[in-house]
Amino acid sequence: MTVRERLREKISAAFYRHGLLCASYPVPIILFTSASILACCYPLLRLPLPGTGPVEFTTRVRDYTVPSHEPQGDLGERPDWYRGPPVAYIQPVLVKAAVSPWDSTLVPVDVFRSPLGRVFSLLEEIRNHVHDDGSGVRSLEALCLQVTDLLPGLRRMRRVLPEHGCLLVSPGNYWQNQRELFDSDPDLLKTVHQHEPKGLHTSATLRDLLFGVPVKHTGVSLYSRKRVVTYTITMVLGSYDARFLSSLRARLRQLHPSVNCSLREDHMVHVHFKEEIGMAELIPLVTTYIILFAYIYFSTRKIDMVKSKWGLALAAVVTVLSSLLMSVGLCTLFGLTPTLNGGEIFPYLVVVIGLENVLVLTKSVVSTPVDLEVKLRIAQGLSNESWSIMKNMATELCIILIGYFTLVPAIQEFCLFAVVGLVSDFFLQMFFFTTVLSIDIRRMELADLNRRLPAEAGMPLPKPGPLRPREAPPPPRPSPHTITLQTPAFRNLRLPKRLRVVYFLARTRLAQRFIMVGTVIWIGILAYTDPAGLRTYLAAQVSEQSPLGEGGAGGLPPHLGVAPVFPGPGGDPASTLSVLPAPAEPTPLPENQSQGRHGAPREGVPHQAPPLVPQISWGVEDEEGWRKLSFRHWPSLFSYYNITLAKRYISILPVIPITLHLSPREAIETRHPQDTRHPPPPSLKTNDLPADLTLYKVAALGLAAGVLLVLLLFCLYRVLCSRNYGQNGVAHGRRRHGDLPCDDYGYSPPISEISPLLLRGHSMDIECLASDGMLLASCCLAGQIRVWDTQTGDCLTVIPKHGLRRSSSSGCWEQRDGWDAVGVAEPENLGGGTEPGGGVFDEDEGYPLRRRTTPRPALFENQPDLTPLIDTNFDSQPPSHLLLTPPRDGFDFGGLVEKAYLEHEPPSLGLTASYPSSSPLSGPPPQRRRSLGYIQPPAPQGQGTPDWESAVWAMELRGNLIAAGRSNGKLELWDAGEGSLRCSNEDGVSGITALAFLNNRLVAARLDGSLDFFTVDINKPLGLLQYRGPPGRSNIPPSPCYSSEDVISCQLTRSVQCAHQKPITVLRAAAGRVVTGSQDHTVRVYRLEDSCCLFTLQGHSGGITAIYIDQTMVLASGGQDGAICLWDVLTGSRVSHVYGHRGDVTSLVCTTSCVISSGLDDLICIWDRSTGIKLYSIQQEVGCGASLGVISESLLVTGGQGCVSFWDLNFGDLLQTVYLGQSSDGQGVRQLVVLNNAAIVCDFGSELSLVYVPAVLEKLD
Amino acid sequence: MPRLEEHCWRRSCTSRVESKNYYRENWVASKAEEMMSIITSVLSNVYGSLHSVQTANLIRRGLVLFTVGVFLALVLNLLQVQRNVTLFPEEVMATLFSSAWWIPPCCGTAAAVVGLLYPCIDSHLGEPHKFKREWASVMRCIAVFVGINHASAKLDFANNVQLSLTLAALSLGLWWTFDRSRSGFGLGIGTAFLATVITQLLVYNGVYQYTYPDFLYVRSWLPCIFFSGGVTVGNIGRQLAMGGVEKLHND
Repeated sequence: MTVRERLREKISAAFYRHGLLCASYPVPIILFTSASILACCYPLLRLPLPGTGPVEFTTRVRDYTVPSHEPQGDLGERPDWYRGPPVAYIQPVLVKAAVSPWDSTLVPVDVFRSPLGRVFSLLEEIRNHVHDDGSGVRSLEALCLQVTDLLPGLRRMRRVLPEHGCLLVSPGNYWQNQRELFDSDPDLLKTVHQHEPKGLHTSATLRDLLFGVPVKHTGVSLYSRKRVVTYTITMVLGSYDARFLSSLRARLRQLHPSVNCSLREDHMVHVHFKEEIGMAELIPLVTTYIILFAYIYFSTRKIDMVKSKWGLALAAVVTVLSSLLMSVGLCTLFGLTPTLNGGEIFPYLVVVIGLENVLVLTKSVVSTPVDLEVKLRIAQGLSNESWSIMKNMATELCIILIGYFTLVPAIQEFCLFAVVGLVSDFFLQMFFFTTVLSIDIRRMELADLNRRLPAEAGMPLPKPGPLRPREAPPPPRPSPHTITLQTPAFRNLRLPKRLRVVYFLARTRLAQRFIMVGTVIWIGILAYTDPAGLRTYLAAQVSEQSPLGEGGAGGLPPHLGVAPVFPGPGGDPASTLSVLPAPAEPTPLPENQSQGRHGAPREGVPHQAPPLVPQISWGVEDEEGWRKLSFRHWPSLFSYYNITLAKRYISILPVIPITLHLSPREAIETRHPQDTRHPPPPSLKTNDLPADLTLYKVAALGLAAGVLLVLLLFCLYRVLCSRNYGQNGVAHGRRRHGDLPCDDYGYSPPISEISPLLLRGHSMDIECLASDGMLLASCCLAGQIRVWDTQTGDCLTVIPKHGLRRSSSSGCWEQRDGWDAVGVAEPENLGGGTEPGGGVFDEDEGYPLRRRTTPRPALFENQPDLTPLIDTNFDSQPPSHLLLTPPRDGFDFGGLVEKAYLEHEPPSLGLTASYPSSSPLSGPPPQRRRSLGYIQPPAPQGQGTPDWESAVWAMELRGNLIAAGRSNGKLELWDAGEGSLRCSNEDGVSGITALAFLNNRLVAARLDGSLDFFTVDINKPLGLLQYRGPPGRSNIPPSPCYSSEDVISCQLTRSVQCAHQKPITVLRAAAGRVVTGSQDHTVRVYRLEDSCCLFTLQGHSGGITAIYIDQTMVLASGGQDGAICLWDVLTGSRVSHVYGHRGDVTSLVCTTSCVISSGLDDLICIWDRSTGIKLYSIQQEVGCGASLGVISESLLVTGGQGCVSFWDLNFGDLLQTVYLGQSSDGQGVRQLVVLNNAAIVCDFGSELSLVYVPAVLEKLD
Repeated sequence: MPRLEEHCWRRSCTSRVESKNYYRENWVASKAEEMMSIITSVLSNVYGSLHSVQTANLIRRGLVLFTVGVFLALVLNLLQVQRNVTLFPEEVMATLFSSAWWIPPCCGTAAAVVGLLYPCIDSHLGEPHKFKREWASVMRCIAVFVGINHASAKLDFANNVQLSLTLAALSLGLWWTFDRSRSGFGLGIGTAFLATVITQLLVYNGVYQYTYPDFLYVRSWLPCIFFSGGVTVGNIGRQLAMGGVEKLHND
């Protein structure tokens, strides 16, 4: 344990220092991080771009042997897929045929009919070619790739593609390789065309497959200008036999010599195909990506309270992504090449690495107190979460290491990547993200400061008033008591709405730019990588321009840089430039090449006009004509026979060129009767149309995809950004109507309207406060009890304690003449009434009698007359106490009081009757107490001394009744309106430490750990009802009153002697339950009706210091151990248990969603009620009061040194600090009561302070 | 309800046959009327129960879970099918939808049941699940689950024992990372056991078949998949249940 603690300390300290470092030097650190990211990603440049395009590798034909399966060391740049035999060898026979010389009598069909017709003889030749070299007779049948059925779905191709035999593909397949069918075909083009698929089709079509060259190059068209027909006879060989192939090549050459052809024949190209991504693989892939995006969305949604939410979310995503890149880069650097499909495992890697740490960091940092320096905030936030981050990381590493030992290569690789990714992610979090966070927070604070200063300066001055001696001073003014909380007052995190709109616009433009750039890049990549697009075009260009470049690296993917590399032999620098535009001067080209190009024109010129002579030229582009085909050409051909090329390769042998020159006579002979019906070409314009179609297709697709992407991003943006930033005008309007000021952005009360109302009168510090919403009772150390009206702040009643009457009276008299007088006047009467021993009363009377001379308010005058009737009617009136609405805590003095009452009450009543002029009022506490509280006979102990000593330890106010618990164990019930003692109970001797008053029950907890339940009975004389007219004091609510005429008895119903082993410290009652907390570490739950102990809740390791229970049966308890427990009151089980404070938990409040606790460590923690997770904490000044109150769901009020602070619960922002008085230094607010009318009352030394929160009033309306 | 409908439908079918018989027509009509009244009563019951918020919430959750289950079943089935498949998308789609149409609905129903059972059991045990209750975590859990399936479908293992052990470890890791409750573990085990037994029975009876059965006609990794699926769906169910409560609070 100690080791762990020490480790924890160390980690925390290290993180703290690191946070300081990051926040101090953000720019160097970001630069350093970026540099390291780039350095780690550098090895990635060597990896091929991910994609499904085929990869090529070129070997020489001459010394070709089938590669073995075993990897043979390092053989230069031999790729790792080049192992084992290929799926097939492709031997293309490229035929170029033309009718020459062109005769004007020929019809357009003649361009291709007879050249195509020659394919059958060629096929015959190839099929029948036999090579015999002594070792055996080899024919095509033996060597070729034997195919079986076509796939069942391809019935319609059955007539065209070969089945059950050699895979030999040529245009002749259209006519089942039968010359007769060809000859009898009236419309060749129609035959060719009828197999074309409808609509857009990007992959290989049947026409491509059979002709072996792109459609536009075939020349099979009525409008062909060149009149040269090109097609390929493709032989697919299952095994390689060099001798057979060379003999075939020689034979064909001999039959059809191509004079000007000098195609290179010494290289064969191996093409490796990546795994195909079909529909079946795409769906799971897309699913995983959708899940990934949902994960990222739900994660980044939690980022809050920062300057730029989007910026931070982006930083988080960048952190994760670049850590992945770094991991791949590092692995590559150390010699491990990724073999897994990157796109497939990427989501899982992200999920494993996760965004959690980043979010935890953010949350922790933003929950540090806003008034700290940025550096310190970062450091604190980091060190707060250091332990959990390290723990999580260790756990994940362990799990991944376990995965590493599964010994499955794929999983091992995954784990390796994940481990490196985790580590680099940690690195990036620590350096990159933390720094970004510090920058963000600094920006936020700067913006806040700039904005807030003028706003605060314009605050109105405090209004003068007799009872409002001081309002909140404008914080900027440097007065001594404002210094402590001045800074936080500036740090309001809420932005005004117009600023938010501006930011929103700025952000959207940013987003638009991102989208645009992304789209352009994406389309560019699409166009570049698409086989029909730019890349092949460039490749063709390059290969055309630079035949030398083809020599060594024909198989390498062509790069742009290859083209202008070779300088002219003469060292002419201009020639390097002129090479690219056009091969105008072919000096550097080999002789045969240039001849090939120039030979044809030379040949054609003597005959006729150039267009009439079809030129058959062999160029470099013919060497690898298959490059112009779709990259799906070969896979689709093989897939028709259920042979997959995925992750395998084929070898393409050098082309066998065949040149056919047909005479016009031959063309005319092979003509079909219908051929002449074709109309002459209407225009040559249409010629180019099909040629460019693929480009158009690509462009259209790209455009559509781009638009789709933009729409998608826009939708995503709308979803992410659900808040309506733009509707602030509407929101303002709503707010004025008083609708919901606290909804989305938290509540911000108008600054000028909060002003404390000081209630003065007590001479010493205030000890107890109790309120039922309308009335407020306070008791000071001097023992004086005062009752105040919470609406007006008027002092209604004073119940003095004799020994200190002077001070108490003076306090009262200064302000409230009338009411004080009444209050003070009465004791004498009561004293006389209750106590048989007259001497005692004399003491009391001296003071009140003096008071009598003061003018008494007229309101009271009707009441005294009623008192004589009280003794006559003891009928209980149950309905009267049903009027008591107060739902909260209550204490039952019932039993105790009742007994004493029976003994002593009658005489007292009699006596009161004898003083008709005085209202039945507040007896001075001492006498009452004495008379009732003592078990000994009343007379002998008439001495006041013990009474004077006893202090009020607990007080409760319900309806019109004040219940006061004394340190000597006496329980008294006073009438709040009149200040008269209604009854008292002295059954217990141990001091009452806490009281709870609920309905007509009163519960008293005593110092010895016992718990007494009392019932308060009200016996109202029936006849008195008519006298209960309006008492004239409008401010006392009539409904919850125990009217002064009622006979109130307080009866002890049950006493639980050993409720706790140690003194009961807290007592709360709500929802029919009484909950006690004690020094003995336990909490007990009692049922109010039958005083039955339901549960004893154990879980704290220290004495209980705070308990909260409300109508919804939520029970929270806090102890000296700093722990907070949430309990289920119905089952007695512990819902959650969290440690939040370093010292005692001093108070606890719950709202529907969270639990708020404050502790001796001056920390206020806000916990999520359902999960028990700490949302954030607020560090207060040292020595702040521990008092807490919740005004509404989102408004928290805390007491501080001479001030109260209002906080927005949703965001943890300090909304405002209200200073209670000038001389507030050193006086903390210890008690704080939230009243129903959205006011709070707190003690402030000997004064009470009443603070209204007007905007909340609005809400309550 | 479906059974009732089916019954009724069959009845009406027979009634069509019987309608040739003149005598029976009246009887058939009365029967049909009776059935119609039953149906309307059931419908009105359903409608009435929809009115109570709790039931509506329950049904909504069930529907969401059902959808998730169907979707996952389709996708994961695709993953499994893919292994022995060539390049033809049409082919795959055909096998996907033709092989056993009833599997996705079954999975959906099972998902709904399990997903509703988890929060129910939590509340009965009185220990509400508080560990990592947020949607991001749930998403992570789903991703890991899909990943486990992916691994089982795509990776080449030396032998089946290794495959099963790996998957078991992964499933346990899933549970430990995202659940960590005893009830979740128990329910997951129960789900795995039941589902495996049911699959076993189906395979024995020849209703369903595996291409490469390695252990008593089934794939031995099946329990692991079922276990992690149970945990995942339970996670979703709990989150849904909590989300519902939260929403009510917000209102």
